[in-house]
This record gives sequence, structure tokens and C-alpha cells, in this order.
Amino acid sequence: MSTTETTETANGAATEPTDDVALFDVDHPAPVIEPPRKRTAKTPKASRGNFEMQTWLFMRLSGIVLVVLVLGHLLIQLVLDGGVSKIGFAFVAGRWASPFWQVWDLAMLWLAMLHGANGLRTVINDYAERDNTRFWLKMLLYVATVFTVLLGTLVIFTFDPNIR
Amino acid sequence: MPAGTLYRGREGMWSWVAHRVTGVLIFFFLFVHVLDTALVRVSPEAYDDTIAIYKTPLVNVMEYGLVAAILFHALNGLRVIAVDFWSKGARYQKQMLWTVMGVWIVLMAGAFYPVLQHTLRTLFGS
Ligand code: HEM
Repeated sequence: MSTTETTETANGAATEPTDDVALFDVDHPAPVIEPPRKRTAKTPKASRGNFEMQTWLFMRLSGIVLVVLVLGHLLIQLVLDGGVSKIGFAFVAGRWASPFWQVWDLAMLWLAMLHGANGLRTVINDYAERDNTRFWLKMLLYVATVFTVLLGTLVIFTFDPNIR
Repeated sequence: MPAGTLYRGREGMWSWVAHRVTGVLIFFFLFVHVLDTALVRVSPEAYDDTIAIYKTPLVNVMEYGLVAAILFHALNGLRVIAVDFWSKGARYQKQMLWTVMGVWIVLMAGAFYPVLQHTLRTLFGS
């Protein structure tokens, strides 16, 4: 176990110490050491951290918009005009006659589903420890999410008040 | 509980637990809710018969619970956003949590009669 030998080989072409004279200047630059986190050919172009950062931001932006959309929805459906008593096919027909409420419900559907699905993705990542379990739980989540978003969108766009 | 911890077992941790539980609960409800609304594409009767379930006392009370979950998640979500983006957010996180709980109680009290009136009127007469 000779440590001295290893150090010497590692330093290889290190400069010889000279008294008083500056070791390095413009014409004799210091040797460059590769930065520890330098991007190399092996580094993936986009790192995974970037996606997680975008979803983190999405949770907050969608949250702010959902406060208005969801609390407004609850106010209209459950609080004003007799609460749940008035809900029925006729009430839905009345509201979806207006493009404003169609767009409102469409935005609420997409934002809440994506916000909730991404939240559940985090929860699955936290608690499902086996790779296989995690994979299949997320597949189930994604399939259910796509199905629900598409079904809801279809219902809003194809609603027919004179269905009979 | 280990001594000297700032997070574990304290307000910060419990508000996070509640935020997570309410978030998952709301997501599952939303799934069911899109399915029941989709019945408007089947027939007015299919839709109205299903909505009748929402008007039973038990489900009406559960609905009040859903309002409780959504209100907490929404208010606490705004607090989380404030902690992340407001320079003094982390310092006032505890005060903000008590504010959230205060507003939550006021809104829940205000929502009590409007949300439950259907049940209150059917059970105790007009
Ligand atoms: C009403 C307005 C809402 C606001 C302000 C809001 C805010 C937030 C925020 C800021 C987060 C991120 C928390 C974190 O990263 O630690 C979050 C997480 C979450 N939200 Fe919401 N949200 C709202 C509505 C909803 C709705 C409608 C759903 C369900 C469809 C939902 C489900 C979730 C879930 C499942 C999580 C993940 C919880 C966790 O990771 O512990 N949220 N919410």
C-alpha cells in the first residue's frame, strides 16, 4: 500500500514549484480540470428533472385556476337556487345551451383530471415500491384518465337537449 | 415522537396528509361524477334516476363531506402556493394554516343549510 506512488503518478505532468515566480499566467494557463458535473456524450439531452419541474409548476398554475372553476361550480350546483333539489336533465340542458358554461365545464374537466392524475402519479411513486406494481398502477391511472377526459369532452360537445 | 423535530407530527405534516387524502378522494369522486353526467347522452330518465341517488339523505350528507374536502384542498393548496412563491411564505406557514382553518369553518357553516336543505326539508317537512 504505497500512497505516495499513486499520488505521483496521478499528478504526472504537474508543474515544478519555482520560488516566487507566478506559476500561471496568460501564456501558461493552469491545467483544466473537468468539472464534476460536466455534460458528456452520455448525458441525456433532456434530464428527467425538467419534466418533474414542469409538472410541479402545472400543479400550482392549474390549482389557482381550479379555485375559480371548482368553487364557482359548487356554488351554482349545490348552494344557489335550492341546492341539489333543482339538478336534473332540464337544468343541464339550460346551462349547456350557453357556450360560456360549455367552455367553463370543459376547462374544469381537463384541468381537474390532469391535476388529479398527476397528483395520483406522485402518490403512486411514493407508496408503490416494486417496479412492476408501480408500472401497472400508473398504466391503470393513465388509461382511466384518458377515458374519462375523452368521455367528458364528448358528452359536452355532443349534448342534445331533444334526445328523445 | 422524536424530540426537536420541526416537521414530523406537527401542523406542517398533518396539513400535508390532509391535502393528500382530500386530493385522492376528490379525484375518485370526479371519475364517478363524469360517468353519472355522461348519462345525459343516454336519456333524460337515466340521468334523472341516477341524480335521485344524490338527493337521498345519506348521499346528501356525503356531498357535504365532499364540499368539506374540496374547500380544505383548495384553501390549503393556495397556502402551499404561497409557501413556494411568497418570500415570507415559509415563515408564516403556520399562521396561514390557521387562517385556512378559520376560513374553512366559516365557509362550512355558511354551506350547511344550502347544501343540506334538500334533506332537511324532506326529513323535517317544508
Ligand atoms: C380547487 C383548487 C385546487 C387547488 C388550489 C389545488 C392545489 C394543489 C397543489 C398546490 C398541489 C401540490 C401539492 C404539492 O406539490 O405538495 C395539489 C396536489 C394534489 N391535488 Fe390539488 N388543487 C385543487 C383542486 C384539486 C382537484 C379538483 C383534485 C382532484 C381531481 C385535486 C387533486 C390533487 C391531488 C391528488 C394532489 C396530490 C397530493 C400529493 O401529492 O400529496 N386537486 N393540489
